[in-house]
Amino acid sequence: MTKVFTRPKSLTDKPFHYCPGCTHGIVHRLVAEAIDELGIREKTIGVAPVGCAVFAYEYFNCDMQEAAHGRAPAVATGIKRVLPDRVVFTYQGDGDLAAIGTAEIVHAAIRGENITVIFINNAIYGMTGGQMAPTTLIGQVTATTPYGRDPGKAGYPIRMSEMLATLEGSAYIERVSVHDIKHINQAKRAIKKAFETQLAGKGFSMVEVLSTCPTNWGMTPVEALKWLEQNMIPYYPLGVKKEGK
Amino acid sequence: MSKVLMKGNEAIAEAAIQAGCRYFFGYPITPQNEIPAYMAKRLPEVGGCFIQAESEVSAINMVYGAAGAGARVMTSSSSPGISLKQEGLSYIAGAELPCVVVNMVRGGPGLGGIQPAQSDYFQATKGGGHGDYHLVVLAPSTIQEAVDLVMEGFDIADQYRNPVMILGDGMLGQMMEPVEFRPLSTKRQLPPKTWATTGYTGERPRNIINSLFIDPQALEEHVRRIYQKYEEIKKNEVKVECYNCENAEIIVAAYGTTARIVKSVIQKAKHEGINVGLIRPITLWPFPTSTFEEWTQREHVKAFMAVEMSMGQMVEDVRLSVNGRKPVFFYGRTGGMVPEPNAILSEVKKVIGGVSR
Repeated sequence: MTKVFTRPKSLTDKPFHYCPGCTHGIVHRLVAEAIDELGIREKTIGVAPVGCAVFAYEYFNCDMQEAAHGRAPAVATGIKRVLPDRVVFTYQGDGDLAAIGTAEIVHAAIRGENITVIFINNAIYGMTGGQMAPTTLIGQVTATTPYGRDPGKAGYPIRMSEMLATLEGSAYIERVSVHDIKHINQAKRAIKKAFETQLAGKGFSMVEVLSTCPTNWGMTPVEALKWLEQNMIPYYPLGVKKEGK
Repeated sequence: MSKVLMKGNEAIAEAAIQAGCRYFFGYPITPQNEIPAYMAKRLPEVGGCFIQAESEVSAINMVYGAAGAGARVMTSSSSPGISLKQEGLSYIAGAELPCVVVNMVRGGPGLGGIQPAQSDYFQATKGGGHGDYHLVVLAPSTIQEAVDLVMEGFDIADQYRNPVMILGDGMLGQMMEPVEFRPLSTKRQLPPKTWATTGYTGERPRNIINSLFIDPQALEEHVRRIYQKYEEIKKNEVKVECYNCENAEIIVAAYGTTARIVKSVIQKAKHEGINVGLIRPITLWPFPTSTFEEWTQREHVKAFMAVEMSMGQMVEDVRLSVNGRKPVFFYGRTGGMVPEPNAILSEVKKVIGGVSR
């Protein structure tokens, strides 16, 4: 019998700990498939974040470093400068990348740091129990916006991809979504392209992946996918934000 | 090898390069700015890499990444900047990564000033960041010693997989002295960096640099293991200078810049017929406890006195080491004030007057 679907080599056998319906598992798989297809697993070093994906180092079957909250781009910078011929990626959530680690991500992009960033935007803090993220939508109810996010009090949701796309050092920035098969396939292409950007030595690449958090959104997985499509995509439009050189 | 006249900060930077450091990540802060500037100029010449980070927080995490990738790496800063680096230092200690961190201490707390101080002693020796850990803390009192300790510091860091701090101050960083860059007198057996994340080819187990242990039992085991390493460090790495202690009535404990001043106090005291000794901890952690213990056994030693450019931080370790066997006194200036020899001498005389009455 011909095998048409196997586990990527770039994933370990360890079962994911993610909540039912969470899209981290899909994105992990896409990253692993991209690494496999490019044949770069043996020279890839990943940097895991703090947050739901804190155990990413147990799932990606390559050398990994665990970073402090928000500091993954700085850690990745240190690795990449020592090992410029290796492929270095960070995997970060929205709390990690867009709040506590804003300075690190902005300056990694400004330096044109030749790394790849996988940015999971699910509009909420998952690991700590569903508090407001910088990406939480206006009116969205979270543990720390119990009356819905009021921009007068809590400011506006941040569009990281658009912001980073303004920087000279960014080579490739795209926002994708994983709410259906078509978009999952597009996400895969974007992730692969981000790694190719790094392999070509073009500079900073980031893929922002709109993702779900059924647990903290208080929805079924299917409702969550619909909510993402109907509420997140209008505020966070998909597509390539920067593609240079 | 001939001696060259160099500024302390620049000599420290050159020593790092000669020790094989090829990566430096830093952020400007007075009074250590000559270190990053020197590194920015020299590292490209030797095939290394300098990055001026966007913050101290970022700089120390670049150090974490580079150290994890197996490189010899250094950062430097001064007190408020070192405070920002504490988060990273806790992670680096937790993940057992080797690196050298220079702290050219200035007066605090807060923004404080830019003049030399020793008020970061607690932060340097008692953890500084969160969790149970120690840095190896080396406190040079001359530029030559700073050069030697920086070079040995990289070896100590690699041998034990632990961050090493060079604790100087604005005085040491800004003054000039003749120095010689000489090979280390002791050759250490350094373990290969088989744990570094350099790419998983399957020839070794997959490497993960990490400090997360969700299972409390596993975390306790990890911390206990690190503490066994600290016991080894305590056994092997204590460095201390005893100066004029034979026949001393009073032994002064002082380190770094202050110890230099105390040495001239000792000469002044001699002219007045007073015998003052100096115990100069060179490693502040591990602290030379047993040296103090030994001198407490001597009849001629009436008292100990810690002299520091702080409100009294090392004096706590002196007290613990003396452990009530002799009285311990303290004299300190702070806020960037450097104690005058005459002021120290008059404090010494007061103590001697008091204890021999």
